[in-house]
Amino acid sequence: MNWIAIYPEIFLLVLACVVMLVDLFVKDTQHRVSYWITLVGLAALGVLCGLYYASGMQQLAMARALIVDPMAMLLKLFTVIATAVTLVYSRRYALDRGMWGGELFSLVLLSLLGQFIMISGNNLLTIYLGLELLSLALYALVALRRDHTQSTEAAMKYFVLGALASGFLLYGMSMLYGATGSLDLVTIFRMIAVEPINRAVLVLGVVFIVAGLAFKLGAVPFHMWIPDVYQGAPTAVVLMVGAAPKLAAFAMAIRLLVEGMFPLAMDWQGMLVVLAVLSIGLGNLAAIAQTNLKRMLAYSTIAQVGFVLLALLSGMLNGNGLSASTAYSGAMFYMVIYVLTTLGTFGVILLLAREGFEAEDIRDFAGLAKTDPWMAGVMTFLLFSLAGIPPFAGFYAKLEVLTILLNTGRVWLVVYAVILSVIGAFYYIRMVKVMYFDAPTALSASRAAGAGGARALLSLNGLAVLALGLMPGGLMTLCYQAIANTLH
Amino acid sequence: MQSLPLLSLSIWIPIAFGVVLLFVQGEHRAGAARWLALIGALISFLITLPLISGFDGAQAGMQFVESVPWIRPFNINYALGIDGVSLWFVPLTALMTVIVVISAWEVIKDRANLYLGAFLILSGLMIGVFAATDALLFYVFFEATLIPMYLIIGIWGGPRRVYAAFKFFLYTLLGSLLMLVALIYLYLQSGGSFDIANWYHVPLSMTAQVFIFIAFFFAFAVKIPMWPVHTWLPDAHVEAPTGGSVILAAIMLKLGAYGFIRFSLPMLPDASHALAPVMIALSLIAVIYIGFVALVQADMKKLVAYSSIAHMGFVTLGFFLFSDLGVQGGLVQMISHGFISGAMFLTIGVLYDRMHTREIADYGGVTNTMPKFAALAVLFGMANAGLPGTSGFVGEWMVILAAVKFNFWIGLLAATTLILAASYTLWMIKRVYFGPIGNAHVAALKDIGAREFFMLAVLVGAVLWMGVYPKFFTDPMQASVQHLLQFAASSKLQ
Repeated sequence: MNWIAIYPEIFLLVLACVVMLVDLFVKDTQHRVSYWITLVGLAALGVLCGLYYASGMQQLAMARALIVDPMAMLLKLFTVIATAVTLVYSRRYALDRGMWGGELFSLVLLSLLGQFIMISGNNLLTIYLGLELLSLALYALVALRRDHTQSTEAAMKYFVLGALASGFLLYGMSMLYGATGSLDLVTIFRMIAVEPINRAVLVLGVVFIVAGLAFKLGAVPFHMWIPDVYQGAPTAVVLMVGAAPKLAAFAMAIRLLVEGMFPLAMDWQGMLVVLAVLSIGLGNLAAIAQTNLKRMLAYSTIAQVGFVLLALLSGMLNGNGLSASTAYSGAMFYMVIYVLTTLGTFGVILLLAREGFEAEDIRDFAGLAKTDPWMAGVMTFLLFSLAGIPPFAGFYAKLEVLTILLNTGRVWLVVYAVILSVIGAFYYIRMVKVMYFDAPTALSASRAAGAGGARALLSLNGLAVLALGLMPGGLMTLCYQAIANTLH
Repeated sequence: MQSLPLLSLSIWIPIAFGVVLLFVQGEHRAGAARWLALIGALISFLITLPLISGFDGAQAGMQFVESVPWIRPFNINYALGIDGVSLWFVPLTALMTVIVVISAWEVIKDRANLYLGAFLILSGLMIGVFAATDALLFYVFFEATLIPMYLIIGIWGGPRRVYAAFKFFLYTLLGSLLMLVALIYLYLQSGGSFDIANWYHVPLSMTAQVFIFIAFFFAFAVKIPMWPVHTWLPDAHVEAPTGGSVILAAIMLKLGAYGFIRFSLPMLPDASHALAPVMIALSLIAVIYIGFVALVQADMKKLVAYSSIAHMGFVTLGFFLFSDLGVQGGLVQMISHGFISGAMFLTIGVLYDRMHTREIADYGGVTNTMPKFAALAVLFGMANAGLPGTSGFVGEWMVILAAVKFNFWIGLLAATTLILAASYTLWMIKRVYFGPIGNAHVAALKDIGAREFFMLAVLVGAVLWMGVYPKFFTDPMQASVQHLLQFAASSKLQ
């Protein structure tokens, strides 16, 4: 038994339990002790993941059910950071709404554990278990404001649709298991590549797995839950649903599609083309019509996921998988940048929200540049990054994806993506317009953005988007090495 | 001085001052912000002067070269350099920024620090466009200029500023994103390099060249702007504050023309030759049709905006004649138009600050109440009409000569500009400045003070200098222009 490989998971499980217990016994309305235990624990976990990544460890554990490789450790490091940042941003918001407490922390930690298992899963069942652990924790988090109708509705929708997606995924996995006789990804890969297997069964399995993945990533036509959950769930929870778990979903896609079913790439790439085209199209067009910022960002998420899919579908060309590492590292870079930006945009909403005031309407941002120029500046950085305007990080993410895609010769797909990016730029710069060109309204002028740690961290977040835009090479190389060393 | 990274300093000093300015917030510190901006703009301008004195006109290649690896996974370099084609635009940009800072001195009261900061940042970015020798670096600067200009038009513009800002942003973004696709294609074709000079040697099929040409056309023609993608410009100009109009007309329009000469002609010689008739036709439409459109404008800013389109038509016309004279004429026209259009918008700004109207009909007989100002304004009007002795004449003359050599009828059509430009400019001058005093508001006008006089006088000097002694400007261009035309003349088809 190779225990060292799963120390991070064990540590995380213990941390979740400790926080739950400590919170029961410490009398403190602000839950400071459990909050700090969580943060310090996450910091330690981050260091641990960083060390594992630096050591370049590649090991199997728990009877080949889990794998530790550079991609896993890098993504785990990023999910830990994203989770910690989410907690810092959420503090004020959750305190005001009575959600702040031990159950929030332990649910967040358990969802992180689920992400860890998804990222490290080397076996269909492990991946599924990780996904369920993540999803169940998130369902509970969305429903955490019991007395709030919208949140409860969002939780119901999320649960029903999420369960459906899990069903899809599980059905696809059972097909694969039936065809190959194994749950182990490496074995499945070998069987598909070498053995004569009924292709119809395999492809049917692939269809269901891709559908399940598309649900989790939020790609059209499996996107319906995203706008409702983003709008209905408490903003802090949206960040818990929409930031770190996206990295885990990306890892799951790599594990299932690439490590398990790369020999079938020509089949699932075709499906991803359809998903990507629809996601980019619908996401960008529907976002224009929104007046609720959270809902607009939900549609923007759908469009951004479409771009990740564009990179994911470029790994194999005419049966030749030479460009795989470049393509998947491009997708990973895009996802990391996307998560960084999402943390910032929702962080700004969280920071501006007050008791009884959600700051989620686009109008609530009117004249922000006058009332709080610094926050308006940070938000502007993030929005231009999402729109893909240099010199912000989002531009290089788009550049990398377009380069990868053009390299596969799909010129029309590139032109399509570019034209819809212009349409997408409209709603991002409309936010800039609201903040800079419009006069503050009575409601928006009354808000005073929070101070302290969250504000400093948010500034850092905005500057990181600029810094990564000026010097994107390091992170690109990091993503490339992680993917290349994982896929060999 | 040679050891200093002059180009980097020219780019980053204004940007650094601009960023600092963003933090000098508040009404009470507006004075400090103005002085800081002026000092920053002046230092930025002075640092560009050694570029002129140190430039070796006999050399065709890039000078003041800097290159460090920037994004290694993509083999992108932070590579800068200027040749005879780009040389003049660096000091021109810095000079116009100084003038814009002066022009905003008492006029901009709302968030002055942000306004001035945006202009300084914009100045650095535009110099970056002219100095970049790596295509991706070029693109980053090219597109980053949209952000400050969008804010300038949207925050300090006129009543329809939001519409104009969006139109400006989305129009140009669509164009530049299509160019990005072409750049990525060239990157892949050249085996993984973004070096512009390297791309001159990459063989391309005719189909590829035509598609890339179209992609570049979208980016550059929108920026210039050429007919029929010019419709954003009058809106942007009318709504932009004076400084925005000045920079837009004097520098930003040149980014597009510069793109044609740096990218399209030498990289896509066969497509350029094949599509030259179309480009020439579009240029002539700009010169003649837009000239007529300018004639009927009732708003002074709109009139000058249309006149800009017509004058830029001369630039593209000159480029696509593929002769030394035509290209140099186009470049001279670009520089000269930078001075003149900037000055025209400044004079309109001077009037607007006093009367808060730009309608020609609201004026009349301004020369009676503002004699000093009227003298300068009329001079700029003459230059706009292409009077010999002013810079406006030189470029147009060179392009017309080249056009006549190329084909008499094209030359003849191009030469109609001398009549058209004179008509719309002088007619406007007559209605605004001459005749009896139009109304009580005009009667109450006060003549310009030292600040306004100084900023206009600088441009008068430039216009006359270039009109009387253009050799100073054309000498350093020759070698580089010939060098680029060699690439434009040699086929890339295999």
